[in-house]
Amino acid sequence: MTGKNGLWIDIEFCTGCMACEAACRQELDLGPTEYGIKVFEQLLNDGQTFNYVPIPTDRCNLCATRVHEEGKRPACVHHCMAQVMEYGPLESLIEHMKRRPRSVIWSPVSRSSQRPYHDLEQFEFLEE
Amino acid sequence: MNARDASPVKIVRSTTWSAGPGCHGGCGVELHVRDGKLVKIEGIADHPYNRGTLCPRALALREYVNAPDRLQHPMIRTGARGTDTWRKASWDEALDLIEHRLKAVKDQHGAESTLFVQGTGRDVGGWLVMLAYNYGSPNWMQSLPGNSCYHPRLLAMKIAMGDYVVPDSSQFTNQRYDDPEWRVPECYVVWGQNSVATCNDGLHGHWIVHALKRGSKLVVIDPNYNWLASRATIWLPIRPGTDGALALGMLNVIINEGLYDKAFVDKWTVGFDELRERVQQYPLDKVAKITWLPAEKIAAAARLYAKGQPSALQWGVPVDFAPEGLTVALAINALWSITGNVEKPGGMVVARPAFGVTSYPMSQGAISKMYGEVMPKEQLAKRIGIDIYPIARDLHWRAQPDAVIDQIFSGTPYPVKAAFIAGTNFVVGAQDPRRWRKAFESLEFNVVVDLFMTPTVMALADVVLPSSSFAERDGVRAWWSPLTAQNTAVRVGECRSDAEICFELARRLNPGFRYRTLDDMYRFFLEPSGISLEEIREKGWIFPPKDSAATPYARHERGLLRADGKPGFDTASGKIELDATRMKDWGYDSLPAYTEPSFSPVSTPELAREYPLILNTGSRSIAFFHSEMRNIPSLRAMNPEPLVQIHPETARRFGIENNDWVWIENQQGRIKMRARYALVHPRIVLTQHSWFYPERIREDKDFGAYEANGNELIPGGLHSKTGFGGAQVKSLLCRIRKVEENA
Repeated sequence: MTGKNGLWIDIEFCTGCMACEAACRQELDLGPTEYGIKVFEQLLNDGQTFNYVPIPTDRCNLCATRVHEEGKRPACVHHCMAQVMEYGPLESLIEHMKRRPRSVIWSPVSRSSQRPYHDLEQFEFLEE
Repeated sequence: MNARDASPVKIVRSTTWSAGPGCHGGCGVELHVRDGKLVKIEGIADHPYNRGTLCPRALALREYVNAPDRLQHPMIRTGARGTDTWRKASWDEALDLIEHRLKAVKDQHGAESTLFVQGTGRDVGGWLVMLAYNYGSPNWMQSLPGNSCYHPRLLAMKIAMGDYVVPDSSQFTNQRYDDPEWRVPECYVVWGQNSVATCNDGLHGHWIVHALKRGSKLVVIDPNYNWLASRATIWLPIRPGTDGALALGMLNVIINEGLYDKAFVDKWTVGFDELRERVQQYPLDKVAKITWLPAEKIAAAARLYAKGQPSALQWGVPVDFAPEGLTVALAINALWSITGNVEKPGGMVVARPAFGVTSYPMSQGAISKMYGEVMPKEQLAKRIGIDIYPIARDLHWRAQPDAVIDQIFSGTPYPVKAAFIAGTNFVVGAQDPRRWRKAFESLEFNVVVDLFMTPTVMALADVVLPSSSFAERDGVRAWWSPLTAQNTAVRVGECRSDAEICFELARRLNPGFRYRTLDDMYRFFLEPSGISLEEIREKGWIFPPKDSAATPYARHERGLLRADGKPGFDTASGKIELDATRMKDWGYDSLPAYTEPSFSPVSTPELAREYPLILNTGSRSIAFFHSEMRNIPSLRAMNPEPLVQIHPETARRFGIENNDWVWIENQQGRIKMRARYALVHPRIVLTQHSWFYPERIREDKDFGAYEANGNELIPGGLHSKTGFGGAQVKSLLCRIRKVEENA
């Protein structure tokens, strides 16, 4: 199923509250600085552009267990305070996008299902 | 770890309030417990308040509750205050000691010599009142100069209209936005609040976003181009502290252009002619000069607001912090009153406790109903500050904080000897924090109740009691509607809830204490509702019926607001008093007026040459609640360092680049924060709220309390002359410079 489903996010009304980050961290049992989705800020000094855009990371598995075994929506979609996220088949998400064009659709694929995580801790000099 | 490989998960449904997310709460949550440990929190999808959603602080609950640095047992100090010298004590020993010491203060000096101190309106205020009154002290207080957090606004509303109103976001019905009576506000004014980072006083910040999605046009009054400002139809980057002038300018436009609701004004208000006359003193060119806003933008905002059918207005704490906060609130109260937006779907609606249940007593009436006439009149008359502040005497059943600090130092008319401090970290959070610390250091005995070690515990406590999060306690709450319940999911160490702690002490200190158990007391709270404790615990939330005093709309027309059952508002005249009689009785100006900040380019031009920037302290981060949560790793990671927001052009002028460490200095001292470019007004810098470094509590002599704390830059004595408002934390002066490598 993964790959055919995705996340639709309405950029016009995402407030950058980071609830998606926290919900995901709890759901995937990630550490305090690990992310399954991360919010980016786009603030330009053009008097026009101020957006927050959540982007799933390589860890996102679209809450496979939660969705398929518990019958719930993904944790980020469920907890999003601005209620700007939808989960479903990509074809149906396109319909949301047609209705609300200032939006994005992500089709995350959990990297661990394709290739292994690499151990970066060997590079100790990376930490100051 | 998956749910499958361990013992079964028990799900407890509850309602957020205070410790945990920290806020005033109201969100329905499922707490997942395995082997007695909290493993997960999840929003209840069909809960009318949050509809499944939660903020990052609530979602970090598991980390907060299970934090390794939680205080888990009572401790008694063995060394000097300010040193990390404690021994573990049993609850019996700690409570025996507190009982003994407080009784001794009472015997030697009188119960009034003990203070009961809280911070914001978390689930401790009601319990401190219970304890204070059963012990015999009238000196229950909020640890904030000028009571400048919502209380000035609450009292202004009480004085002018007899009730509190909030923007109608359909929150008082179970159907929410599907309620057929509810309307989308055509215009929504957000006055001095980054609402998407907060949930204040019964309004969930994101309800404004839901209104925006449904077509509301926003007017955002904020010096910072924040996200809400970016979505606004009109953005007013106001000079901080001049909110009173802006409100009067908007009133001027609305009245002189005839945009007010004549029928409503005639039928339901008094004092309109006096208000009309007063606003003539605030023509737009004058207001524009004061506020640094273009006159035409002020006029456009006033017109958009007045023409909205309906219009809503959400206001933030800068209103209170304005030099005469209560008076500014009166002016804004006049805005929604003369435009007829009161008790109207999508306008401003009265907030009343569901079913008339009082779970958080704020008045003498409520206190005596709950605990009996426990305090004789002559004892009540000893409440600190009521001789100076008649509003405190007549409408606010607490000691006035600024008067308390003065009395601690003066010792007259009677000495202050002890303090029971719960749910506040004022060594960090009070303005002029060192003076507050010094005051409490002079007391003979301090108890501090908290969940974590704080600078306040370290500096002041002789005994520290470990408190609990909302996940670790029971409770009922009607603040305001629906009625909700908190249900215990887990216990942590020996921690006890504030209710349990205060209840046990109240019982020890008053042998005639009315209740045997906390449940007995909750049952008494619930009596007016006819709902049993078991039922509310089971259901989680219950709305009162449509025709109740706690449910909108048009309650003034239906006789639901007054004790005599007559139509009208709960004021002497039965109408909204635009010219407030009570203010006159107390000897104050009864009409709104503007007061310039104490430190500004206008009032102190010489100082402004030395400190050319306006300093606006207290910006909120969604990761934190006041001074809390810098010790919770995932929340700290969202905002690892204290930030000062500066316009890039201003930064360049002062030789500063994005992410530089910066000194922010003024006549009070200096603090150090990380520069962050923002599209804030170029003459204004914004510093984040109530920062301290928990990781330095045991290392620094000042417990990490001051280096990044904006309150260090705020002089004392800036509270309003009414005793309600002021502190002026948003409108000071400063300069900035880059921190050099070895500085």
